[in-house]
Amino acid sequence: MMDLVWLTLPQVIANGLLQGSAIALGAIGLTLTYSILRFANFTHGETISWGGYFTLTALAALTPWIGGIGKWGGLTFGWGLVVALGVGVVGASLLALALDRLLFATLRRHGSAITLVIASFGASLALRNLIVFVYGPESVQFTRELVIADRWLGGLVRVTPDQLAVLGLSAALAVGLTVFLRFTTTGRAMRATAENPALAQITGIDTAHVVRTVWVLGAVLATLAGVFIGITAQLRPELGFDLLLPLFAAAILGGIGSVPGAMLGGLIVGLAESAAVEYLHAGYRNAVGFLVLIAILVIRPTGLFAARG
Amino acid sequence: MLALQGLVAGYEPGLPIVRGASLQVADREILTLLGPNGAGKSTLVKAIAGLVPITAGQVHLSGRDITGLGAHRLARAGLGFVPQTENVFTTLSIAENLALAGFFLPSHHQRRRVAAMYALFPDLAERRHTDAGRLSGGQRQMLAIARALIPEPRVVMLDEPSAGLSPKLVQVVFQKLVEIRAQGVTLVIVEQNAKAALAIADRGIVLVEGAPRFVGPAQDLASNPEVARLYLGRRETA
Ligand SMILES: Nc1ncnc2c1ncn2[C@@H]1O[C@H](COP(=O)(O)OP(=O)(O)OP(=O)(O)O)[C@@H](O)[C@H]1O
Ligand SMILES: [Mg+2]
Repeated sequence: MMDLVWLTLPQVIANGLLQGSAIALGAIGLTLTYSILRFANFTHGETISWGGYFTLTALAALTPWIGGIGKWGGLTFGWGLVVALGVGVVGASLLALALDRLLFATLRRHGSAITLVIASFGASLALRNLIVFVYGPESVQFTRELVIADRWLGGLVRVTPDQLAVLGLSAALAVGLTVFLRFTTTGRAMRATAENPALAQITGIDTAHVVRTVWVLGAVLATLAGVFIGITAQLRPELGFDLLLPLFAAAILGGIGSVPGAMLGGLIVGLAESAAVEYLHAGYRNAVGFLVLIAILVIRPTGLFAARG
Repeated sequence: MLALQGLVAGYEPGLPIVRGASLQVADREILTLLGPNGAGKSTLVKAIAGLVPITAGQVHLSGRDITGLGAHRLARAGLGFVPQTENVFTTLSIAENLALAGFFLPSHHQRRRVAAMYALFPDLAERRHTDAGRLSGGQRQMLAIARALIPEPRVVMLDEPSAGLSPKLVQVVFQKLVEIRAQGVTLVIVEQNAKAALAIADRGIVLVEGAPRFVGPAQDLASNPEVARLYLGRRETA
């Protein structure tokens, strides 16, 4: 039995990191919107789905010009996907900005925090059903091309080039975003607005602009998460909804407001899911996010990296 | 320099806290705003700073109408504000606080201003990479003042800069304020500590129920027994 665990562990870790990186990208967006807007935004899961579907639609619509998804080396995608992703990012950003403008901005002025949360839950339901209405209930894939997994560690781990690319890109994004928040004026303005919006305004920061920037940034990360999942697995209408629990678990585990925390939280939740699927039963996957969430709330409610101050 | 005409402001519609405040602040003047708790002193300066809605009246800065301009525009228009509490970004270092305070300036100008603030407050220079949340009360107040001064404002309003400081530190802070005025900045200081404030001020205003009740030269207010008895806070009545 122990031998079996050791032999399967490398693959479990690889699967966990892959799932975890998608969770991490989503959780970073969730933690950013929370820290600036101060409410749990349930529509973030739907932004992940819509980002993926927008990209897929752009790919189909633009095929006469871009000639399809493209092909880079052993990957199943190339320039075509990059162009479509650009369109998907714009679509998801406009969706997020429209939600803020039409729904959340009004409620921020007149409602309480709980009204915002309930409104975001309602909006997410509507957005999910809209996906079923527009794209149908079946899952869809970016490409039908079959990929051969490369064997690593003497055959103990099988990963596709797509999966490796997605892992690398996610890591690069997380590092880039951390640097952006730490060292750029926009990043500092975002941290300042998160801590104290009134003081940020006095300091000359247009906090309404910061809020829009955060929505766009969250939508960009969400679209990337959606497309990464679409490439390495598939798109389903419930994709975003099923991700909500792991996303919140990761964001809270990492300490709400902390980008490195959300990244690490995402990886931990991904690894825990992967271990549960391998060693318990595939049906336990969704329970894992819930267990992690309960555990962290009981043991350390501020998370691993509580935002300073 | 700064002029208010019949200013009415409050947090909720139909519930004015500032009720028809008119006053003029001269160039390079130190004006102190006194009054009992709940008189509306903080609300008045917050309304001028764009943080509380103004429902009637006007605010002019250097002759320009800045009524309802929006808090984030006022920093660039030459008005600085140091709130009483939460007046620095605790999760940012001293250097980051100061850099952010001048983010809209050309970068060489911004660096020159940050250097000027380190010269004015040497304590801050020594600890520039410390998170502002870890500073002592006095250092924090210095940083809050430095933050407001970075964009070279014409007028700076300070809400109770002496609150929570030891008497010795109060003297240090007020001495800095005198230095800052000497550099050409007009100051409006809200204070509970009337004695210390009137000692450095040119003029004082006693605000009662949202409107100025007494206005006059600082010495006159300091020696006016009625003002002292009624409105200068607990220190004098105790
Ligand atoms: N954020 C707020 N929302 C609603 N009402 C407020 C708010 N802040 C202050 N008030 C009310 O406005 C009135 C004036 O308060 P303000 O803080 O301006 O007085 P103050 O003169 O600064 O008093 P203090 O000397 O205690 O600082 C008070 O009745 C207070 O309850
Ligand atoms: Mg006050």
